[in-house]
Amino acid sequence: MTTGTFAAAEASTASGLAGYAWLLIALPALGAAVLLLGGRRTNAWGHLLGCATILAAFAYGVALFISSTALDPEERTQDLHLFDWISVNALEVDFGLQIDPLSLTFVLLITGVGSLIHIYSIGYMSHDADRRKFFAYLNLFVAAMLVLVLGNSFVMLYLGWEGVGLASYLLIAFWQHKPEAGSAAKKAFLMNRVGDLGLAIAIFIMFRELGTTRYDEVFSRVGELGSGTVLAITLLLLLGACGKSGQFPLQAWLPDAMAGPTPVSALIHAATMVTAGVYLVARSHPIYDLSEDGRLVVMAIGAVTLLIGCVVGCAYDDFKKVLAYSTVSQIGYMILAVGLGPVGYALGIMHLLTHGFFKAGLFLGAGSVMHGMNDEGNIRRMGGLRKYMPITFATWGLGYLALIGIPPFSGYFSKDAIIAAAFSAEGWRGWLFGGVALLGAALTAFYMTRLLILVFLGQPRWKDLRSEDGREYHPHESPLSMTVPMIVLAVGSVGAGAFFALGDRLAAWLEPSVGPLEEAHGALSHTVVGILTVVLSLLGAGLAFALFGRKPQPATRPERVSFPVRAARADLYGNALNEALFARPGTWLTRALVFVDNKGVDGVVNGTAALLGGTSGRLRRLQTGFVRSYALSMLGGSILLLAALMMVRFS
Amino acid sequence: MGVTTFLAQADELRAPAVDYGAVAPVLIVLGAACASVLFEAFLSKSQRWIGQVVLALITLVASGTALAIYAGDAPEQGTLTLSGALAVDRPVLFLWATLLLLSFGSILLIADRSVEPGGAFVAEAGVRPGTVQDRAQAAKSGMQTEVFPLTLFALGGMMVFVAANDLLTMFIALEVLSLPLYLMCGLARRRRLLSQEAAVKYFLLGAFASAFFLYGVALLYGYAGSVKLADIAAAAAGTNRSDTLLFAGFGLLVVGLLFKASVGPFHAWTPDVYQGAPTPVTAFMAACTKVAAFGGILRVLGIAFEATEWEWRGVLWGVAIASMLIGAVLGLTQTDVKRMIAYSSVAHAGFLLVGSIALTPEGLSGTLFYLLAYGFTTLAAFGVVSLVRDADGEATHLSQWAGLAKRSPVVAGVFTFLLLALAGIPLTSGFIGKFVVFSAAVQDGMAPLVVVALVASAVAAFFYLRVIVLMYFSEPAPDGPTVSVPGAFTTVAITLGAVITLVLGLWPAFVLDWAGAGAFIS
Repeated sequence: MTTGTFAAAEASTASGLAGYAWLLIALPALGAAVLLLGGRRTNAWGHLLGCATILAAFAYGVALFISSTALDPEERTQDLHLFDWISVNALEVDFGLQIDPLSLTFVLLITGVGSLIHIYSIGYMSHDADRRKFFAYLNLFVAAMLVLVLGNSFVMLYLGWEGVGLASYLLIAFWQHKPEAGSAAKKAFLMNRVGDLGLAIAIFIMFRELGTTRYDEVFSRVGELGSGTVLAITLLLLLGACGKSGQFPLQAWLPDAMAGPTPVSALIHAATMVTAGVYLVARSHPIYDLSEDGRLVVMAIGAVTLLIGCVVGCAYDDFKKVLAYSTVSQIGYMILAVGLGPVGYALGIMHLLTHGFFKAGLFLGAGSVMHGMNDEGNIRRMGGLRKYMPITFATWGLGYLALIGIPPFSGYFSKDAIIAAAFSAEGWRGWLFGGVALLGAALTAFYMTRLLILVFLGQPRWKDLRSEDGREYHPHESPLSMTVPMIVLAVGSVGAGAFFALGDRLAAWLEPSVGPLEEAHGALSHTVVGILTVVLSLLGAGLAFALFGRKPQPATRPERVSFPVRAARADLYGNALNEALFARPGTWLTRALVFVDNKGVDGVVNGTAALLGGTSGRLRRLQTGFVRSYALSMLGGSILLLAALMMVRFS
Repeated sequence: MGVTTFLAQADELRAPAVDYGAVAPVLIVLGAACASVLFEAFLSKSQRWIGQVVLALITLVASGTALAIYAGDAPEQGTLTLSGALAVDRPVLFLWATLLLLSFGSILLIADRSVEPGGAFVAEAGVRPGTVQDRAQAAKSGMQTEVFPLTLFALGGMMVFVAANDLLTMFIALEVLSLPLYLMCGLARRRRLLSQEAAVKYFLLGAFASAFFLYGVALLYGYAGSVKLADIAAAAAGTNRSDTLLFAGFGLLVVGLLFKASVGPFHAWTPDVYQGAPTPVTAFMAACTKVAAFGGILRVLGIAFEATEWEWRGVLWGVAIASMLIGAVLGLTQTDVKRMIAYSSVAHAGFLLVGSIALTPEGLSGTLFYLLAYGFTTLAAFGVVSLVRDADGEATHLSQWAGLAKRSPVVAGVFTFLLLALAGIPLTSGFIGKFVVFSAAVQDGMAPLVVVALVASAVAAFFYLRVIVLMYFSEPAPDGPTVSVPGAFTTVAITLGAVITLVLGLWPAFVLDWAGAGAFIS
């Protein structure tokens, strides 16, 4: 795999249907603008407009996709120049879009899943006074996310990257009256800043070394760079990916972000935005292809994160937080996959897509359960809900089977392929990363089964309990606007994997963007890995059933637990680590600076001011009001002036 | 001998050629000043004010028109006229235009009768304010109008001063502009004793400074054998005579000029006189006298002493630094608005001197621009000061200005803008003026001086901002001053000053082009 392959996929100027690709961004952006600027007048129909713009964008995306499949693979990469955005000396940034299989795939995912979640939100947010604003922010998010994936340069990507960060911040904090929502939004924003710094510096390095930030120019000339520079760029891009995608060590914000409304968790913090890191690495694959060490770090981060996500997911009792850690862990799989290089890019994207379906479905199911349970999120206060919410149970169950990788559901195809590819890495790496991935599969099955049992099976523990506001629980099935999107996503959870994987359909489609999928030949054959994965998953599920399914579970969580559970409940000390590494030194630094400012800077400033004031007060007395003393001062001045002139003259 | 010899030479005496077109603006002003005296003598009391105001404004417009017509097709290099006594070149045309515009604003302030009933001026200074006689006088005489011919004479003197091409003409012009000013300082209706004290101080110290000037002229004549600027320049460049006389003469001459420009340490009169004089007169002095004095300094330094620049430059560095620091530091503890602006003018004189001693085209055009910008800002500032009053007249103590913004947001807003301009904040002409002057100085190798100037600007910014803070963030005093509703004249004058301050801050290029259109000739 060399950059040469890419010369073949040279971008042509967009024409025909692709010439209107700006509509993809303009439609949701227009929706957001109308809803935000229109104010209360748009309350009545705002949610419908929000859905309409996304549906229109989706429809256009589908049409664009179909027209694109009719082209030869070499012609599928198209460039659409909209206008000159930044033009300062050497820095020339177009506002331009790149329409290629990779970005089109994301367009379909974002607008497709986005449409379903918009529709779901109509029902979910129907009681909220600020529903219009919610749809405005969702539209803003979709517009920014489309800028991110459609941009033709790293600066465009950064624009979208910051835009989705803003939308994410606004939506996590949507219920501002809850303090935890506010602090979660701040946490997400700040931790993302750490990652964004990496991305920004990577872009600076590219501009400095290559004088351009356009994908095609950077990728065709990246070979000119020294290996150290390439490594630096790969690591800095990875830092950006870690921040956005909740990867170690920046994973702690993602579970907290579940304080936002559930559709947000499903769309932004499961299906689309958090996968931007995977997109970034896959998009930048010509850079990663050049740096073995960079890819090794990517793999390591992915592996560590997937384990952390699984382990912590086993211990949490909050429905959405378990799913959030599951997301962290699944993105770990994707990062691991794209870190594998040419054998993994397409697999990472494939898992990203299937995960987009089943995880969005799982979240919407969780939202549906909470909607019917007075917004209760604690799974220990649930149980036996399958009888009350049959559709939710069925769709959630299909998503569950997909996530733990039972054939023929979609997760099996995508995750199994990643595990097999991980075993194909050279030497010890293959065994290490393959083993970690396998272990992760077993743990995934364990915590997901635990979730299934505690929520849908077993005793209805909620019957004797009251929710926080004192109401009884009356679980009920959700309205059609919520169940239909869940059903559609469940269909995706069932069939997407097989559709993508059989005959390497997706890999072939993505080839112009991420290169051909190389066959993985590892220590263990694909069949063996597949059997092992399924067996381990079943073992994990069985273990969970043995622990949680055979006897009634307490409605409050046990406090006397072993060390691993305590560690997992404390996020494996991820927050403590961040606190010790960043927050506390940061606080100290700030305090030190405040001290220096108070004592040193202010001292100098106030001292100077006092000195000047004092001087002024004393000199003022020279202004006596007597003409004689004024005349004397003039005479004195004249004598000094003459003396100085004479001195200059005679020196 | 004697008469016969003289008569024998009569044929050889010829009246010098006069370029009437070139000197028309000056002639119109001086002629109108004489006519104004006749108005004072022959018009009935009820007609005097209106007659004088109309005459003064028409004079300025006519003079300005004559100037514009002449400037339209004036020779690019300028022209010498009256046997070389006056030089009318591009900088002079610019200075004349500046003086006419600023005088227009000043006349409007002087003519206002609505802010202070009966006007700010009085004739019989012995009548104590507030007494029966005073009220009778105010009711009877309307407004004292001698101030108009005095203003026109002073303006005529200033216009000759900036164009004077030999030191004797310059001296006469200096006296013509100074004597009316001394008188005008003593004409205040309110706080009459303070006003008279200011007039006497200004007169005594002015006479003292004139003596320095004249002594300097004498020594320079001794050195060069001529009082023409060009001859002094030639002598300095090309003789081997002892130049002790040259530098002694230069020093004394410059002291006289620096005094008029209120550059420290020759500034001692400035705060007392600015405070004591009637505010419209203060505005006229602060704006026009500054322009005239620096016009003279620029010409003298640029023509007569260009060749000896390296000997005197260091000394004037010291003077500029002293002026900037005195103005900025002493301004900090002032409690009277007029005195504060007076110290601000001392600091600004220092900044102007920085531009004046950079003898480059950029230094010349920058200083000319600065003069125009500063003149209008300070004119409008004194206009605002004249509006803030209590029962005893103008309320100039700073404590009386506390919370002014709550009572009169418009006046406070305008004054804030003018103070920001004086401090040199961007989007005002003050910033552009400082920028062009300082960049010219840096280009001419005076970076350390510019650093000092910037420090002084920062220090001075404190006392401007303090007034702003006082106006906006303090509780108004219960018995605080009221703001008079300005009459049309004052409104026009303040608006003119504020608008020009803003326009020159946003779009300075055209004025900079005019200021840089040419060089001095001699």
